[in-house]
Amino acid sequence: MKLSGKAAGFFHEIVRNKVLYIMFLPLALFYILFAYIPMGGIIVAFKDFNYQGGILFSPWNGFDNFRFFFASGKAWQVTTNTIMYNVTFLAVYTLFSIMVAIMISEMSNKHFKKLSQSFMFLPYFISWVVVSAFVYNLFNYDYGLINNILKTFGQQPVDIYSNPGYWYLLLPVMYLWKWVGFGSVLYLAAISGIDQECYEAATIDGCNAFQKITRITIPLLKPTMIMLILLGIGRILRGEFDMFYNLIGNNGLLMDATDIIDTLVFRSLMGTQDFGMASAAGFYQSVLCFVVIMVVNSIVRKVDSESALF
Amino acid sequence: MRKAKDQIAFAAISYFVVGIIALFTLFPFIILIVNSFASENSIINNGYTIIPKQISFDAYSLVFRSPETILRAYGVTLFITIVGTTISLLIASMAAYVMYRKDVKYRNGLAFFIYFTTLFNGGLASYYIILSSVYHLKNTLLVLLLVPMFSAMNILILRNFIRGSIPDSLNESAKIDGAGDFTIYLRIILPLSKPALASIGLFTALGYWNDWWTPMMFVEKQKLFPLQYVLYNIISSVNISSNVVANASSVVLPQESLKLALTVISTVPILLAYPFVQKYFVKGITLGSVKG
Repeated sequence: MKLSGKAAGFFHEIVRNKVLYIMFLPLALFYILFAYIPMGGIIVAFKDFNYQGGILFSPWNGFDNFRFFFASGKAWQVTTNTIMYNVTFLAVYTLFSIMVAIMISEMSNKHFKKLSQSFMFLPYFISWVVVSAFVYNLFNYDYGLINNILKTFGQQPVDIYSNPGYWYLLLPVMYLWKWVGFGSVLYLAAISGIDQECYEAATIDGCNAFQKITRITIPLLKPTMIMLILLGIGRILRGEFDMFYNLIGNNGLLMDATDIIDTLVFRSLMGTQDFGMASAAGFYQSVLCFVVIMVVNSIVRKVDSESALF
Repeated sequence: MRKAKDQIAFAAISYFVVGIIALFTLFPFIILIVNSFASENSIINNGYTIIPKQISFDAYSLVFRSPETILRAYGVTLFITIVGTTISLLIASMAAYVMYRKDVKYRNGLAFFIYFTTLFNGGLASYYIILSSVYHLKNTLLVLLLVPMFSAMNILILRNFIRGSIPDSLNESAKIDGAGDFTIYLRIILPLSKPALASIGLFTALGYWNDWWTPMMFVEKQKLFPLQYVLYNIISSVNISSNVVANASSVVLPQESLKLALTVISTVPILLAYPFVQKYFVKGITLGSVKG
């Protein structure tokens, strides 16, 4: 049997490094089974799924699932909610992380530095399940601490679980609460990489503390900042499912204001068993996400090929 | 001395703002712990307070009177965390080593094979159907182990670490000395990448410990519920009594303080480990931010 040059080269390479390829095999198998085969399963979005037929043998139904998804009015709502929340999260996260990082870098008291960083980093280790307990402790209508305080001052208690308006503020605050410690560690690492001589030279030239920040620190943080913001934009259509589902759950009163693509998909799949809706919304999200990442990456590559993701 | 003055002013603002933020992040933890020691009456009548009016250990003693559910959940969580993290590190480090070796012709292809999964996926519907009705992983311990096992980013970070810290010449000379590919991994790569393995191992372990999503999707058997999912059920349901405290349906339960006590019990290990592991996480985050 004769092999073409390319195929022969392939087999030669595999045989030559067979031990190495075998070492890679477990991970490859995992990704085939848990990522690539489900990726192929995305065709379920074009099917009228039933358990008997499974993904392969359920009948095709063209674009029916998508027609239903877009006609329900949900598509527009969850897309705008997802993007709106993610943009807000990204903005406040970036702003506060940089601010905290700069402030920490200005401190000279090591103990204060360490302690405050430890406190701020702590929420990163807690699951959103526990965070939902925190929110409940603070805002529960009958016993919550905040309502308790409001009552002692003769104010009306707030009922966040039936009032969507509060969540526009509360969700970004909780997001910040959980992530600002993590974000400031990232930016602090970038700040500590800045050459101290820059600051010394600026001091000699008569710069004050604020000028040093605006003229040296922030410009030198820009590459890190752009990189992280781009990564964030790449994920703009992926909602924070853990957060939304734990803090809000299936609360019908809050749904219009807080339903994101991921919670819609989950609810359709596990709640109403509406495979058509779940798979159409999932397909829509996956494809749009992919397009966004590709566009972002190609822009980055044009501007600064060093920072491109791939 | 103008320079010194504005330096001091800025430092003062920094201490103040960061101090406030730090207290703000710590605050919910304190409320949780303090109120878990409040009596049910005190919570019902006075709500949650910063200092409880009546101290009581009722909720804790109730949990420890019939601790089967909680102990079992602890067992499941500890098992998946330890076993899962070990397997994950082993397989991920082998793969990272393969992608690091310059003489592997398809190393970049392999890296892209891993990386691509972060760019595109088949959606939750397909994932759920395939895992539950094709692989039949529902209600197994295996699904709790497998779903959170790998993160593509961590594997690539590990490869970058090996690439950045272990020079090629080292494994060239090992090869000349007659070491096989696997021996090089075992004797050279593994010991030398310990710092990165510690960080990534802790990230993975935290992922397992906090995983409530996998059991929610794939597990209905109570026996297999890990800690976070038990907690999730308690917090999200109105009536918690029958879930956790067996044979307690006849007694009036301190619902509110019980919720708090259970949250504390499931969070304490993390709070205790925190001071010792924090630096590895910080190192891990910094590792990830260095692109290679």
